[in-house]
Amino acid sequence: MTGTGAAAPRTGWPAISGVVRRLPEYLTIWVPLLLSAAHLVSFSLWTIWISFTPSTLVPVSGWVGLRNYTAVLASRNWKIAFDNLLLFGSAFVLLSLVTGLILAILLDQRIRGENVLRSIFLYPLAVSFVVTGTVWSWLLNPGLGIQKLVHDLGWTSFRFDWLVDRDMAIWTIVIAAIWQSSGFAMALFLAGLRSVDADIIKAAQIDGAGPIRTYWHVILPTLWPITITVVVVQLQFAISAFDLVRALTNGGPGIATQLPALVVYDLMFQRSQLGRGAAAAVLMLLILLAVLLPYAAWRYVQRRRATHA
Amino acid sequence: MRDRTFAPSRILIYLLVSLFAAAYLAPLAVVVLNSLRTNQEIAQASMIGWPKQWAWSNYLAAWSGFCVAETCAGIRPYMLNSALVTIPATIFSTMLGAIAGYAVSLWRFRGDNWIYGIVTLGLFLPQQMRLLPWTIVLRDTGLINTLTGLVLIHTIQGLSFTTLFCRNYYIAIPHELIRAARIDGAGFFRIFWRIILPLSAPILIVTVIWQFTHIWNEFLYGVTFTTGQQQPVTAALIALSAAIADIPQHGVQSAAVIIAALPTLLIYLLGGRYFVRGLTAGAVK
Repeated sequence: MTGTGAAAPRTGWPAISGVVRRLPEYLTIWVPLLLSAAHLVSFSLWTIWISFTPSTLVPVSGWVGLRNYTAVLASRNWKIAFDNLLLFGSAFVLLSLVTGLILAILLDQRIRGENVLRSIFLYPLAVSFVVTGTVWSWLLNPGLGIQKLVHDLGWTSFRFDWLVDRDMAIWTIVIAAIWQSSGFAMALFLAGLRSVDADIIKAAQIDGAGPIRTYWHVILPTLWPITITVVVVQLQFAISAFDLVRALTNGGPGIATQLPALVVYDLMFQRSQLGRGAAAAVLMLLILLAVLLPYAAWRYVQRRRATHA
Repeated sequence: MRDRTFAPSRILIYLLVSLFAAAYLAPLAVVVLNSLRTNQEIAQASMIGWPKQWAWSNYLAAWSGFCVAETCAGIRPYMLNSALVTIPATIFSTMLGAIAGYAVSLWRFRGDNWIYGIVTLGLFLPQQMRLLPWTIVLRDTGLINTLTGLVLIHTIQGLSFTTLFCRNYYIAIPHELIRAARIDGAGFFRIFWRIILPLSAPILIVTVIWQFTHIWNEFLYGVTFTTGQQQPVTAALIALSAAIADIPQHGVQSAAVIIAALPTLLIYLLGGRYFVRGLTAGAVK
């Protein structure tokens, strides 16, 4: 009896001392990861919860169902922001794809100074959206920038006043966004072009295909997985665009360049409508999921195909 | 298409590529030139032009002279704020991310895939979903309107990126290396210190550059959680343009923009290769 009594702690003790000995290791592994994971999950749930409460100035408990959502969706602010997002998102993504692809093809022609040129096309990515927005707000300001310059040069009927034009102002954001991030598309496309099998290209040339036909029929089709990645990353940026608009137009003239992220900020911190602000944030998340979930599904299928092959 | 024989098409390529390069460089050139023109000169002409006299004093005014709200200390205090947030947050998030990346890729433990999966969701979750919770947490811990609060946010949120970068890099290290070291009795920290860290220079450079650039350039949290003298430089730039909209000082403002953009531009110039690697690594999640 005493034997088993002594044996029990003997088997238990090393396990406990092992845990104690390895405690620093467990803490180092788990604390940062748990903090990160816990804040992601709990903060998301928290915001979702607030979006169903009647919170205004401070978060309060209570349940108003979808009232915040219907209020946001019915507001003129959100409608304009959503329409702008559709226009800005598609124009920006499409044009930065085209620009990035053209730049990548040009750089792929074994030209001199390729490294310098690549650095020039990529440096805007190192600059903050606040700086980009501020600089472009000067260039596009009709009284200060390009229009003023052309007027001073003598062509006084020249007009380039999109920044103060309600219908065209959203395009100034497209311009600045393309300037800032088309280099990203270029970098990915260039890597894609460089990894095209040289034998395929050679075969196409032997078959008598000219450079344009080779690009169009042989090289570009291999780039479509990269294209999808670029589209998803750029859309992700477009959906949450905030700094750039804040610095360039601040949503104006009026609310002509309003975007969802600005509506969220406005509701939360300027109008003290926390419930509605949270609802608008959740709507942003839903828009993002509408892009990311199909992408994730596509990636999953691709991976399965790759492992089966 | 990949030969040098057809001259006219090569000329066209060089012409196009030069035009694009000029378009990408133009905004930078305009701001640099403006930062050296006097405010009066810009007011008389446009923002685009060559300096008649070199107004180097713009930089002095931008650095320590002009006024935002009631304080006239230039951009210097805000640059210091940005540095005091960016440098610690970059170091913490990189170190913790390296250890976490090593743990989930090579050390392996129960639940590692699950927790790694959740952590990487942070790459996609919009900041707007975390704004209110962070506001409440910072207020309740007394960290609202402090630089410490921003360091905390950027460290925890940065972990999603740094863990992903390091994990994807470490996964290529042969497991036999770790297994052999474990049989020899080496523990978690010793393996990290002796084997993993010496192999990590490239990925640590990528991660540091990525984190530094992102945190320095961040605006939304800076403007939401800090006010006045506590703001990082991105938020101060916006406050500055609002403050002097009625009395334009575009020369000084341009100098302030250049100063604010300089740290990340310098890092890009020095570590461009690693910067691009971070971009593509971040994209191919």
